Amino acid sequence: MTLATALFLLVLFVITLTVAAYSTYAERKVAAFLQDRIGPDRAGPFGILQPLADGTKMFMKEDFIPAAANRRLFTLGPAIAMVTALMTGVVIPWGGELTLFGETFKLQGTDPEIGILYVFAIVSIGVYGIMLGGWASNNKYALLGSVRAASQMVSYELGLGLSIVALVMLNGTLSLGGIVEHQAANGWNILYQPLGFLIFLVCAFAETNRSPFDMPECETELVGGYHTEFSSMKLGFFLFAEYTNMFISSAVISTLYFGGYHVPGLDRLGLDPNLTTLIGTAALFAKTFFFIFFFMWVRWSTPRFRFDQLMNLGWKGLIPLGIANVLITGTVYHLVELWKG
Amino acid sequence: MAALFYILAALSVISALTVVGARNPVTSVIALVVCFLSIAAHYVLLNAQFLAMVHVIVYTGAIMVLFLFVIMLLNLNKPDGPRKSLAMRLAAAVAGGLLFITLAAAVRQGVQIPPAAGFDPGVGLVRSVGHVLFTEFLLPFEVSSVLFLSAIVGVVMLAKKDKDGTDQATDITEAERARRAA
Repeated sequence: MTLATALFLLVLFVITLTVAAYSTYAERKVAAFLQDRIGPDRAGPFGILQPLADGTKMFMKEDFIPAAANRRLFTLGPAIAMVTALMTGVVIPWGGELTLFGETFKLQGTDPEIGILYVFAIVSIGVYGIMLGGWASNNKYALLGSVRAASQMVSYELGLGLSIVALVMLNGTLSLGGIVEHQAANGWNILYQPLGFLIFLVCAFAETNRSPFDMPECETELVGGYHTEFSSMKLGFFLFAEYTNMFISSAVISTLYFGGYHVPGLDRLGLDPNLTTLIGTAALFAKTFFFIFFFMWVRWSTPRFRFDQLMNLGWKGLIPLGIANVLITGTVYHLVELWKG
Repeated sequence: MAALFYILAALSVISALTVVGARNPVTSVIALVVCFLSIAAHYVLLNAQFLAMVHVIVYTGAIMVLFLFVIMLLNLNKPDGPRKSLAMRLAAAVAGGLLFITLAAAVRQGVQIPPAAGFDPGVGLVRSVGHVLFTEFLLPFEVSSVLFLSAIVGVVMLAKKDKDGTDQATDITEAERARRAA
């Protein structure tokens, strides 16, 4: 690993944490806006220092471990949740190429051939954080929350996978960099895969435990769900992991279906290549922030599902739709190939 | 690279032993997860990234989550493995020791495992895996998918209820279930 990559990963790490921290602020502001309130406005101008105040509060609180809890797993749970949330950003292409001091740098940690599968693998490990944390608490509400999380994650991974199969068939590559380049050449995937995008979006809500699928921490019936017994920064890590996941899934949605860092027509302007890259990165962040806002918008305007409804939607709604989408995509793709000759 | 291999190999062996040795089932499951992850890392060392990721998604991400799920639901967190009698333990130690001696002797005799002729670094790429799967191993691939299909149909048959609410698997009617619950 070169020094440049290490530096890039460090910057990515800081940006991810900053975005996650300010997502908590944005969440409260969006909630306030949707409910016709003002929201946090005490810490700094417009309450802009609120995340710092929240973070300090989290660190200062007593770190309490219940007597009946399994101490090692109780600590391991939030750690797994946080680490896996931070690991996925590495394979996302955050921009094109920058030329500095006569050398070319790619704005991507690494571009493995199986980039999208890597994202899946890490997401599927992430559920252990919630499961182990909830189980180790030795509390029935926490246990119910983690059991819900496990069944929900496993069920919706299938729909997520099926929507990706159609996408990969169309793009002919599993690498995220390759998918963005394919979209730059052939138009964004949302034009060809509107149904796949819908399935992916719904599954992304379920995988990040966001409302209306936030059954694992459903406070009306489970107190706090899997993190009932957690306090101080251990709770902070669980909450932070949720916002990090939201940021990363928004970036993945933008990359897979909305052209990533590609801006239509930007290449024709004949700008300086470095400037083009920076505009592309800004465009990716704009798309990502829109989806973060969308996540919040949905949370504050839809009621929560019941658990059997959630399972019905996953198994009887999204999976058959996903299979149909794969079949239709395959058929149309081959008909077009035949027609082209 | 060699150092990395030895660290990973040690991790695989230690975690595999922990799976068998641990008294707490949750510890066993976590050790098995670590074991699967280290095996995936071995695949990456062999440049088989596709296999590594599929291994993590299927085994670590799905099957082990179900294991953990069942253990949590059955609440098996008491470390109460069945205690074996002294004779049983003695017999196991002797049998295991003999097997170990045989294996150690075989290795000492200098069994040379020849390296697979000319390792091709491209063998684990998605393209080559897909090519082999759909040409050389097409029949086993399709047969295993039929096997999965029959498993799915079987599960649906077992879990399905009749129109009057009778459970297909146990022939218990809705009324009977209500009576038992009461």
